[in-house]
Amino acid sequence: MISFLKTYFTEVFQAIKSLLSGMKLTGYYFTHPKNIITEEYPDNRATLKMADRFRGEVIMTHDEKNEHACTGCSACELACPNGTIKIINKFEINAEGKKKKAIDAFVYHLELCTMCNLCIVACPTDAIKMSPNFEHSVYDRRLLTKQLNHEGSKIREGVE
Amino acid sequence: MFSFQNMTQEIHSWLSSLMSETFVMLVEMTIVGILAIALFAFLGLVLVYMERKVAAVIQLRKGPNRVGPFGIFQTSADTLKLVLKEGFMPDNVDKFLYKLAPFVVMITAMLILAPIPFAKGVQIWDINIGVFYLTAISSISVIGILMAGWASNNKYSLLGAMRSGAQIVSYELSAGMAVLSIVVLTGSLNLGDIIASQEDGWWIFKGHIPAWIAFIIYIIAVTAETNRAPFDMAEAESELTGGFHTEYAGMRFALFFLAEYINIFIVCAIGAILFFGGWMPFHIGSWTAFNHVMDFIPSFMWFFGKTFFLIFLIMWFRWTFPRLRVDQLLNLEWKYLLPISIFNLLLMTLVAIKGWHF
Repeated sequence: MISFLKTYFTEVFQAIKSLLSGMKLTGYYFTHPKNIITEEYPDNRATLKMADRFRGEVIMTHDEKNEHACTGCSACELACPNGTIKIINKFEINAEGKKKKAIDAFVYHLELCTMCNLCIVACPTDAIKMSPNFEHSVYDRRLLTKQLNHEGSKIREGVE
Repeated sequence: MFSFQNMTQEIHSWLSSLMSETFVMLVEMTIVGILAIALFAFLGLVLVYMERKVAAVIQLRKGPNRVGPFGIFQTSADTLKLVLKEGFMPDNVDKFLYKLAPFVVMITAMLILAPIPFAKGVQIWDINIGVFYLTAISSISVIGILMAGWASNNKYSLLGAMRSGAQIVSYELSAGMAVLSIVVLTGSLNLGDIIASQEDGWWIFKGHIPAWIAFIIYIIAVTAETNRAPFDMAEAESELTGGFHTEYAGMRFALFFLAEYINIFIVCAIGAILFFGGWMPFHIGSWTAFNHVMDFIPSFMWFFGKTFFLIFLIMWFRWTFPRLRVDQLLNLEWKYLLPISIFNLLLMTLVAIKGWHF
């Protein structure tokens, strides 16, 4: 009987204690509104800061000399699960008179992309990466098919 | 302290000078009815807004902030939407009960309003069995809920209504016990007397530990009685889609929704009257100077301040605790709250007989 009463009241007090600890946390949040994490998106567009690993679209990085690191190996095209990437190659004659493979167009179908990141993982030269830009709305779906290499760009020296 | 008694007396004598006694009564009833409906509409808007804001801040969100400054017109806009919606009634429902149910719930909430003193001298109906009246009337609203669940011809509605029935019948016991323990201290069922007995301090401070236990039990039991989370078994969105009001739309749904918030206000008002002295300012025993300073704050502000504090407490519960399973719900009542409240009532009786309270 005594042990029953003891467990009974221990249970009651532990229950009250756990409930109070929950209320303490929510009470802290209520009294500290600066913890609010809501982003008022269209209003804070100028100061909007996306997370580092946010995946908005695939881009190809170009340096200031309009050079990229894509060798046209099409590893990303093979890695892509739903045919988002299409690489069109061309052959250039380099200074030594040898034929060398280079990309003509890196075609990216944004409307098909699921942002799975497999192409970025597959790329041996880190030529492509995910950009945090997410404002993709357009009125014509043809605008979603993009060419990622810039006009007149070429492969960076030393990238094989 | 300022009393509204004189004002009402003046209106009464002015009306009496204009017309016969019967018409005076009719006019006064109309005025009171309009005031009650206006209070309902106002409370509905304010409480829904308050709930959404409290929920938002607790969950680290912002809540309504688009319609008007800080979103204060959001609930008005929502009400307008509900008014304009089609009052759709599904096929094969019990038409009479389906239409009647929202009004039963709403009228019950209105009836409970009668004996509540909102400020010094503001009380619709001063009866000597006020507490008894409140507990008796508040148990009628479950009939409205059962009616809605049955008439909807929907298994979710019926399950929700049945759960609500089991829940309200159970939790009314411990709520009643908690209310009784204050009645034991006061020795009166009249709400005016209960408030007057707290002139030298509120019962929650004068009644030692039993008053605190009674208050905690009361607040848990009324949270369950008003079907709010963590005891919202009656609607339980994730299990029953909407519970007893699954099949209701438009203004009929709005009546259920409004009645829920009015019920919260009413149970919190009763809690404030019993444990925190209703409109009685914060008085400490014989500190005359301090008591006079407190008297400068008008009585209706004390009443609404206390009531809204308790409402905030119940909202705090809702957005902190997870929902109970139906067997846990009944365990909590029959194995914990009821035995504790019975013993607490005994303890309170002892305190009252021995005169250990202040």
